[in-house]
This record gives sequence, C-alpha cells and structure tokens, in this order.
Amino acid sequence: MHLPLDVLALALPSQAEVTAAAPEGLQLSVALIIGLPLLGFLLNGALALWRPAAKTAVSLIGPGVLLASFVIAALQFRDLSVLWGASPDTAPVVSLWSWLPVGDLKVDFAFQVDQLSMVMLLVVTGVGSLIHLFSVGYMREDEGYARYFAYLNLFVAFMLVLVLGASFPMMFIGWEGVGLCSYLLIGFWFTEKANADAGKKAFIVNRIGDFGFLIAMFLIWGAFGSLNFHEVFHRAPEVLPAGGPLVTAITLFLFLGCIGKSAQIPLYTWLPDAMAGPTPVSALIHAATMVTAGVYLVARANLLFALAPVSQTVVAGVGALTALFAATIGLRQYDIKKVLAYSTVSQLGYMFLGVGTGAITAGIFHLVTHAFFKALLFLGSGSVIYAMHHAYHATHSHEDAQDMRNMGGLFRYMPVTAVLMILATLAIAGIPPFAGFFSKDEILAFAFGRGEHQPIFRLFWAMGATAALLTAFYMARLIAMTFFGPNRTGEEERKHLHEAPLTMTGPLLLLGILTVAGGWLNLPEFAQSLGKPEQLHHWLEPVLAAGTRASEGLGMLATLPHGSTEETLIGLAVAIAVIGLLFGFVVTLRAPTVRAHDAPADVGLWNVLYRKYYVDELYDWLIVRPLVAFSRVVLWQSVDQGTIDGAGVNGAARFSSALGWLGSRLQSGQLTTYVTLFLAGVLYVLGMVSWR
Amino acid sequence: MLLGPSLLVSAILFVIGVAGVLLRRNAIVIYMCVELMLNAVNLSFVALSQVHGLSGQVFVFFVMTVAAAEAAVGLAIILTIFRHHKSVDLRNINLLRG
Repeated sequence: MHLPLDVLALALPSQAEVTAAAPEGLQLSVALIIGLPLLGFLLNGALALWRPAAKTAVSLIGPGVLLASFVIAALQFRDLSVLWGASPDTAPVVSLWSWLPVGDLKVDFAFQVDQLSMVMLLVVTGVGSLIHLFSVGYMREDEGYARYFAYLNLFVAFMLVLVLGASFPMMFIGWEGVGLCSYLLIGFWFTEKANADAGKKAFIVNRIGDFGFLIAMFLIWGAFGSLNFHEVFHRAPEVLPAGGPLVTAITLFLFLGCIGKSAQIPLYTWLPDAMAGPTPVSALIHAATMVTAGVYLVARANLLFALAPVSQTVVAGVGALTALFAATIGLRQYDIKKVLAYSTVSQLGYMFLGVGTGAITAGIFHLVTHAFFKALLFLGSGSVIYAMHHAYHATHSHEDAQDMRNMGGLFRYMPVTAVLMILATLAIAGIPPFAGFFSKDEILAFAFGRGEHQPIFRLFWAMGATAALLTAFYMARLIAMTFFGPNRTGEEERKHLHEAPLTMTGPLLLLGILTVAGGWLNLPEFAQSLGKPEQLHHWLEPVLAAGTRASEGLGMLATLPHGSTEETLIGLAVAIAVIGLLFGFVVTLRAPTVRAHDAPADVGLWNVLYRKYYVDELYDWLIVRPLVAFSRVVLWQSVDQGTIDGAGVNGAARFSSALGWLGSRLQSGQLTTYVTLFLAGVLYVLGMVSWR
Repeated sequence: MLLGPSLLVSAILFVIGVAGVLLRRNAIVIYMCVELMLNAVNLSFVALSQVHGLSGQVFVFFVMTVAAAEAAVGLAIILTIFRHHKSVDLRNINLLRG
C-alpha cells in the first residue's frame, strides 16, 4: 500500500494557492468518518460469530461508531464552512492511496469533500445515528442482533464511500457495497423463503441499473481518458458538445443506474418487496439514504445532464410518471410498510422531477427533508408494528401485525408515536410550514417554470400536482386506519398494546424536530419573514455553478415563476394538500373497516390497485418465464448438456480413452512382441547414428 | 591376428541368439539364446582387445560375473513360472497384456 505524504491534492485553482488553505486534519477525519463504521462492522461481525449473546457490547459499538462519525463530520463541516466562506470554489480531494494504476487509467482511493457531499455526509451519519439508536430498542430481542448491527455499520461505511468518492469508480464501490448490504438486510430473516426471495429480487433488479452505470463509465473514460469528478467536470464543456449524442448517451446510461438504485419506473418493483427486512432497515436504506443515491448521482453529474436537455426531459418525465404511478398504488395497500414503500417510490419520483428540471438544489432539498420525515414515518410504523407484534405475541395469535385493518384507535395506546407520525404526515403532504411543503413546492414551481422553454414540463408539473393530492390522501388514510376509529386488534390483545420504550421514542422525537424545522434549510424568497432564505441554494452554488451556466447557454434554465403565478401555485399546492388530507381522513373513517381476517376481497379498480397493476405478474410473464424457459431449453439442455457436457467434457474423455485403447493394443503381454519392438528400436537408432 | 574371422563368428553367434529369442517360445531356450548373445559379445571384446588394449579382456570378466548372477535369478524366475503354470511356453504367459 502506497501512502504518499503530500496527500492533500486539491481541486480547482492552482495547487500552491489551495494547499495553504487546506484544513490540516482532513485526511484523518475522512479516514475516521469511513473507518469507524467499518471498524464497527468488524467488531460486531466478530461478536456475531463468536459471542452472539454479548448484546450490551453490540448496543454500545453499533450506534457508538456512527455517532462518533457524525460528530467528526459535524466538526469538519464547521471547519470547512469557514474555509469555503473565504473561497467557495475549493473542494479538497483526499487521496489515501493509488488504487488502479493500469496503463492510462489512474484511479486513486480518493475522497472529495465538497458542499454536496458534505450535505449527504451529514444526512447519512445524522439520520443514520438516530436509526441505529432506534434499532437498539427494536432489534434487541432478535437472535441476530450482532449480525444486524454488523450489516448496518457496513452499510453506512459503503454509503459514505458512495457520497464521498472523488471519482466514478470510487462511487461505484459504494454503490455496489450498499447494494450488497441492502440484499443482506432485506433477507435478514432468511429462514422465511419470501424474505430471501425479496433480497434476491432487489439484488438482481439492481444489476440492470448497474449495467447502465458501467456503460456510462466506459463512455466517460472513452471521451475524457479520466474518471475523476474534478477532471471530467472541468473539461466537460469543451469535450462534449452540448446536446450531442455522446453526452446524451452518457447521461441516459447513468440514469439507468439511478432507475435501478432509486426504484423508478420500470425497475421500482424491488423496493416494495424490500420491506421484508426489519423496519429500521427500511427507514435507513430504503427510504432515507441508499435509494436516494440515484438523486445524488444526477446532482453530482449535474453539468453532464445540463449539457443534455433530452436526458433531463427523460429524467423529469420518468420522475413525474413514477411519482404519480406509485402514489395510485399507495391508495389501496393495507400493509402499513407497503404504503410507505410506495410513498417512497413516489417521493423519489419528485426528486428526479426536481433534478431533471435542473433544479438540483430543490431535488437535494427534498432528498434531505424526505430523509427526515420518511425516516420518522418508517420508524413510527416500526414502533406501531412493535406494539402490535407484542400484543399478538402475548396471546399467541397469528394475525398480521403489519396490516392496518388490524389496527385502529392506536392513538390512545401510543400517543407519542401517533403525534409524531401525524407531524410527518403533514410534512409529506405539504402543509406549511413543515419541511415537505417547501421542498415539494419548490420542485413543482421549477417544473412549472421550465414549462416556458419546454411545454412538456407543464404536463410533468400537472402529474406532480396530482401525485401530491394522492399523497395527501393515502397518508391521511394511513393515519386514520392506524390511529383513529375503533380498535380492531382484538379484545384480549388490546390489553397488551403500549407505547415503545425510550430508546425508540427518543430518536423519533429528534426526527420530529427535524421534520418540523427541516424547511428552514432552504426557505423560499416569499417566506423571508421566517428566516434567511435559500441557504442550501447558496451553500450548493459552487458545485452547481457550471451546470447552471451550461443550462443558461442552452436557454433551458428553469426559473421560478413570480408574482401572481407564484401566489397561485402556492395557493394551489396548499389547497391540494388540505383537500387530500381531509378527504382521505373522512372517507377512511366513514367507510367501515373490517379486520384483515374477515375482510372481503377488493373488486374492480380497487383490486387492480391492490394488486399493484399486476406489474409483477407482467414482468413474470414477459421476462422471468421466457428467460427461465430459454435458460432451461437452450442454455441448459442444449448448450450445457448437449455441447459442453456432450462434446466438451465427455468428448474429451472419449477421445483419450480411444487413444488409450489404441496404445494398449501394443501391450500384448507377449515377450516376443516386446523384444521385436525393442530390436526394431535399437536398429533404428543405430541406423540413424551410422547414417550421419 | 584373425581379427576379421573372430568378429564374423561373433556376429554369426549374435544373430543366432537374436533369432532364437525372437522365434522360440520356450523360456529356457530363449534364456540360452540370451547367453549366446552375451558370449558373442564377449568374443568380440576379446578379439578387439588386440587392437585397443587389455581393457576389453577385463570387461569380459565383468560380463561373465553379471551373466552368472543373471543365470541364478533368471533360472529361479523360470522355475517359479513353471511351478505356477506347469509350462514355460511364453505364449501362455501374458499377464501384462493391456
């Protein structure tokens, strides 16, 4: 391992100018931020193998390493914001060692700490810490407690590599690593086949996206001869002609990677199944962090996307369609986690609508606020499931602890969880001044604004606005079915319902604060009275400047509508949210809900929604079955058994046995034959010698 | 002195030995033919020592010694084969057939 002494190679301006300003301990900090969760993985993994009963040690190590990471990240944030205050363009690159020096390809094991990765770093370690703390309460009684925290720590380590990586291959390491941890944690309770299958599904569907990421990297390497972010983005405007086929291909293949990782149409099907994992996993990996990696990738490569307006339209269109499509499915799910899963798919669609529109700040802003309120919703549902599970466990009942038809009226039994989940619902529905209102409104406003240049964005805006209505509806339905109305858990079970312990409600409370206050990160201009506006936008400006310039050059820059249009849009957004919430609440409570056990099957459109438009069945018929049949008949029976086994393996064996048979004809056992041959040999050799 | 005739006799003896080994089936006879070949070689050694010095004659003693040892081992093997097969006809002895 080669560890150069002058490790602080710095981006943008001249080397000498920046090295002076580079913070001293940055290399150590970055190594610690990533190394601590990795250490946690090793320690917890060792405990899982040899001391699975040492739960106290696991409870200390698991969340402890991450909290330490978060503290270091926060300190680094403080130091770097001072540095960037002086010269906002400097993004330190910390190179730990040379990783892939192959011919012209030189990839360092390097991390880039700029404004964008700093935002992601804080979200991952901050929200991650809270979810780790929650897990202490939630998973404590599980047999695989140490194994769980080992995986969770490993996930965070890879996620940090993903957001801090200074080149596409570094990011790809993290990208694949989080995919692996996602697979391990979805199938955490692997003794049930459905869970193991869900893990495999997530892994396989993501392979399709990873293929796109790889192709994009090859294309970038072909065009630039480098894969480092700094070099690629520095030279992109000269190397890639704006709107040309190459940049469009690169960005579309990159987006294919995002479609897989961030569960967009048509590859979203793995995410709802991923709810088979423990609920804190759903909160951390499948809502707050990993699935937003695609949004981060588009934001990171915003310059490339800005140079390819066609790709931007595709990104925004897929996002808007996913937002609407997933929201309709969410209307008719009964499993509380499934509703939240489709809601996540839908909200990820919003983020892509934002970054596709070119409103990178809005997309990242929604990513951050979504991390807060969706983590809160998932952990809240975890708290509910925990109570339900205990109630059913106490009476040895086998009812479904996640089915909302078995809940109802839980407000009385778990008020803290209920109040916090209602806050998060207001946030996701877009009620001011909660976090979700500002971020979602900004995305929709930018989409509307870009409609000036490209009318199709008006359609995307309309789809997003409709999805917002549906979002408010299904979230109100979730709250009404879970916390209000008569309780349907069961006479005996009701006595065992209770609020979760403090290790679980504590993180919920902190996330609740973030959910309420998250909007202050990037207040819009019109809300100046509440605080300093557009802070996140100014913070991210250095990272986004080149992309903004490129968009401006193409005449595609999305601007916020002003004046009466702006007021109308805001009024409409709030009206949509309020109407959706009230409608959802009233409709759900007025229609009688029966326990899952006795509920009649849905019919008509409701059944189509409940069956998720039969998309899984469609994929099964169109792709899985033909592929299995092709593999069986052609690949297995014809190619493998026929050609490889028949001609290759058995053929080689038959050939050598035939040769052996021929040779063995010489071994007659008759002494005379041997002597004759021997004599013939001697005569031959003598003849050869005397001939010369 | 009589070098040519001696070598001629030696060659004739050797060819008779080879022909015997190749054509006969009786192990004893084949063994005797092998001895014949050895002695043919001995004769040529002795004859050639006129030209090349005494080392040829000395070598003959070694050949005779080895031949004596070989006679002991070879005859013992033939005896054992006879006890087993009730015959020393080599056509019947083909245990190493492939």
